[in-house]
Amino acid sequence: MSDAPPERVGEENRLRRPSVSLFAWRPMAGILLRQFFLYRRSVPRWMEIFYWPLLDLLVWGFLTLYLRQGILPGTGAAQALLGGLLLWDMLYRSQQGISVVFLEEIWSRNLYNLMVAPVTPYHIIAGAMVTGLLKITLSSGTAILLAYLLFSYSLFNIGIALVPFVFCLVVMGWALGIMTTALILRFGQEAEVLAWGVIFLFQPVSAVFNPVSVLPQGFRQVAFFVPASHVFEGMRQVLAGQGFSWEHFFLAVLEDGIYVAGGLALFSWVLSRARKVGFSLKLGS
Amino acid sequence: MDGISLEVSKGEVLSIVGPNGAGKSTLLQMLLGLLTPDEGTVRIFGVDIVRHRRKIAHLVNYASTDLSLPYSLSVRENLEVFALVYNLAAPAQAVQDMLVRFSLQSLAQTKVGRLSTGQIARLSLAKALISRPEILFLDEPTATLDPEASAEVRSVLREQVESDRLALVYTSHNMREVERLSDRILLIESGKTVACGSGEELFRQFDCDNLEEVFLRSMARVRESRKMEESVRE
Repeated sequence: MSDAPPERVGEENRLRRPSVSLFAWRPMAGILLRQFFLYRRSVPRWMEIFYWPLLDLLVWGFLTLYLRQGILPGTGAAQALLGGLLLWDMLYRSQQGISVVFLEEIWSRNLYNLMVAPVTPYHIIAGAMVTGLLKITLSSGTAILLAYLLFSYSLFNIGIALVPFVFCLVVMGWALGIMTTALILRFGQEAEVLAWGVIFLFQPVSAVFNPVSVLPQGFRQVAFFVPASHVFEGMRQVLAGQGFSWEHFFLAVLEDGIYVAGGLALFSWVLSRARKVGFSLKLGS
Repeated sequence: MDGISLEVSKGEVLSIVGPNGAGKSTLLQMLLGLLTPDEGTVRIFGVDIVRHRRKIAHLVNYASTDLSLPYSLSVRENLEVFALVYNLAAPAQAVQDMLVRFSLQSLAQTKVGRLSTGQIARLSLAKALISRPEILFLDEPTATLDPEASAEVRSVLREQVESDRLALVYTSHNMREVERLSDRILLIESGKTVACGSGEELFRQFDCDNLEEVFLRSMARVRESRKMEESVRE
């Protein structure tokens, strides 16, 4: 046996290894590296970087073109701006109503419990549609009331003609919600950004704040195939005192039908593919 | 999965055992009709579950430690939701029965986010049994539980199997638990059957007296035969 006192390893190590300085660069580099790895493999995240500035530029750029034409001073045009905003919000809420219901189940790791139950994905979609309608009623109702109280603007001035157009917008939102949900189920939580952002892809070609005629030729052609553009054009016609536009209404209904059919087809394809390759239990990123 | 064939009877407990990545959860997904096998069929009460899942989905239930239930809902609210999802005729009574059976009455108003792992496991089982399934699939139901909670879950499951003639198919890494609970054990590795039989039959087959030893010996045999196959190929 040695007479030497036992070595106090812990204490010596503490002395040899100084604590991490506030100015140490490596911890910050670690965080940076984590984000680098995340973005390196994620197309949706890269898209997001360029997505918002580009869309904002297009929406506000087209509005600027419209304003340059000097049309704004007319009461109808001014009403159309606020009316457009309120109706756009309905479209946004309608799309989100579907996507968020699925996301809530993914976040709480509950989707699989539902998939094994006698409830079909179409039951979930139907439940989400009703939930979405209730949410739209509450949120848009509040916004419409505030617009009246704060800006003396009543959306109901547009009249009963607005109701069928609102219905077309809600259905378009449902169709996009179903498509977004299908993509989330296909690509996992990484595609979650779609739930919040996909609708804005349609904003520049929906003619929300400006007529389709302001858009460049290529955008005009795309806008023709977007139901929302017919809704907003229809709304502007009503405000301009030109009456209810059956043409825009029928085109909106027809295109809504195509969008819904496309959404359901995509959703069914994703489900049948998942049955071949397996569902992710956690659907995590 | 490759060439796995199994049958489960009412009132029988079948355990699926194997190393990580052996295909236990994949097999359960196929049995639940969520994954389509390239070949072969899965029949529950004679019905092809892949083609006609809706016909028998109400007779089957499932719980897994990988899943949870909505955190912002209370214990009672979660059970109420699933009582409706399973289209039960008397949902309130079913919820009350489960709260009593799993000793969850005092937690009925507590949000799931505030429950311990063991309490969530009990709630998951309550959700899985609320529909009074004929077949229950459980994926490592006691993996996150302490020994006392595990024993409690085992006793509830055994009681359910005996009283309701429930067919129970479950996966576990806890060999002692499998030994105690199972009527039959299916050992799989890389999606293939290694052995199948009652505990006693497996002990005889592998010349040992506990399931852990059976597991180790069977996996050693698999590795040996794989090595031999590779050397023959070379």
